[in-house]
Amino acid sequence: MSDWYVYLIVFGTGGLVCLLGQILVIKTKMTTARILVTFVILGVFLQAIGVYEPISEFCKAGVNVPIIGFGASLAKGAINAVKSSGVLGIFTGGLTATAGGIAASVFFAFIFGIIFKAKTKKL
Amino acid sequence: MDEIERNKRYNSYVEAKIAKTHAWPSLFNAFWVGGLICTLGQVFNDLILYIFPNVSTQSAWAYTLIILIFLASFLTGIGVFDKIGAFAGAGTIVPITGFSNSITSPAIEFKNEGIIFGMCAKMFIIAGPVIVSGTVASMIVGLIYLIF
Amino acid sequence: MKKEEKQTIFFNNKPYIIGYYSIVGPKEGKGTLGEYFSEVSDDDFFGQKTYEKAERTMLEKALKGAVDNAGVSYDDIKLFLSGDLLNQIISSSYAARTINIPYVGVFGACSTMAESLALGSCLVDGGHFETVACATSSHFSTAERQFRFPLELGNQRPPTAQWTVTGSGADIISSKGKGPRIISATFGKVVDFGISDVNNMGAAMAPAACDTLLTLFKDTKTKPEDYDLILSGDLGKLGSEILIDLMEYHGVKLGLNYKDCGQIIFKRNQNVLMGGSGCGCSATVLNSIIMKKLISGEYKKVIFMATGALLSTLSCQQGDTVPGIAHAIVIEGDNNE
Repeated sequence: MSDWYVYLIVFGTGGLVCLLGQILVIKTKMTTARILVTFVILGVFLQAIGVYEPISEFCKAGVNVPIIGFGASLAKGAINAVKSSGVLGIFTGGLTATAGGIAASVFFAFIFGIIFKAKTKKL
Repeated sequence: MDEIERNKRYNSYVEAKIAKTHAWPSLFNAFWVGGLICTLGQVFNDLILYIFPNVSTQSAWAYTLIILIFLASFLTGIGVFDKIGAFAGAGTIVPITGFSNSITSPAIEFKNEGIIFGMCAKMFIIAGPVIVSGTVASMIVGLIYLIF
Repeated sequence: MKKEEKQTIFFNNKPYIIGYYSIVGPKEGKGTLGEYFSEVSDDDFFGQKTYEKAERTMLEKALKGAVDNAGVSYDDIKLFLSGDLLNQIISSSYAARTINIPYVGVFGACSTMAESLALGSCLVDGGHFETVACATSSHFSTAERQFRFPLELGNQRPPTAQWTVTGSGADIISSKGKGPRIISATFGKVVDFGISDVNNMGAAMAPAACDTLLTLFKDTKTKPEDYDLILSGDLGKLGSEILIDLMEYHGVKLGLNYKDCGQIIFKRNQNVLMGGSGCGCSATVLNSIIMKKLISGEYKKVIFMATGALLSTLSCQQGDTVPGIAHAIVIEGDNNE
């Protein structure tokens, strides 16, 4: 297991990323889809310019769990695949690297979609 | 009065009229819930590596995300996630849990219109743009990488 | 008074509202007006499988209730005027399918109750029909999925958002009988002051409400003080504050006799932000506390003005602004005879 201060770093940095998201929500009235798109592209960008790895080394789950990590995996997959298989890698790399997450989301959504029924917000 | 001028004045009047709610509580909630979800991810990740030492770092992360996706999807199904989301805002949207929720919630919602055209077709009304933009952006990165 | 070429129609025969009924969901039942509604359901599916079917059932129940309340039978109703928020007003049309009465579908978004009552009054006053039924409905869960997001999506509602009321109201209007009388109707113009935020309906509808209300006062040569109650539809907290400001700007001061259905239907702690909205909001408030007080004689003269935002999901995605509309009727209490 990691040392206790690692969890503190993860909590702090993960919280900060979400805080940034919340500021965007308040300032720009962005909806869920726009927030997710913004952060995915941010992740792709950070990976492309090569700063994601060192950040991820330090923050660990603090950036891997936010959707930024999803974007970073897409970009990393594309870059690695280009290295190994050239042009084809452009097409196969990104989605191959993130296939697990997408397939899991779709599968669980399908299963729970069949089982459960939408309930009126009770707030 | 000129209509455009009138509309502009009305819009700025309305903008000023909207009661300024204090942003601090929502920022704080987003921070600690988001931080907690990430910490939970780290705990899962460490546990996986502890129990199965042979698993590669990358696979351990994939498992971690899948567990979080499962949890978010399940909480969405039992009708708890929307309450957490209403409380934490971006705190649950920005982590992978938000992605999972954005696929499961329309799947449940549009089930009434049938499995094919309801559930399966509408599953991506929110997450679709995420996958499309991410894929296109990553392909551009791959292309640039290939050229240079 | 004689008919004049104004926006306001004065009814010579003053049609009676001989029957009324309101039915609401559980959340509304726990609100401020819980005890006044004719029926409160503790199941917002109303025993159906989908929310769309639930809304339909609610509307059928409201109509049945109003017919019973009026002490007439379905055969006496010569025309059914109804509308709702769903695409192609399916709740109304499908409810009409079950009753075998000539049906006219009307759409005025959340202003439908006032619109159908005004149209119904015209038809009855003109002697074309003796008795007509007017109804409308809205359901939180059907509106939410059509206009906003899936119910289980973990998003936050913007502070200016309103809560669609789950409820339905119906009235039976007749040229004969007993009950509060509709003395005039003012049909409103579509007014758009360029609000593009779909989560700020109150601000989008307030200018239309102001326009109709000013016209009403001008046409009827009355002042706000002449009425026991001036009731707007679903402007919500922000929208009604804006209406008060706009009216003051035009030199008309709305006093304590001005109320908004959206603001009074829920309690403050029910987490509805700016208040209630939807066709059902004004319909259920009118057909509960307001009708009761009109019949008891507590209110002698009431303006009922329902407001609507005439947008679709398509128009707002294409960047169009939100046009508003407001129709008003003036109702006279029971004991003026």
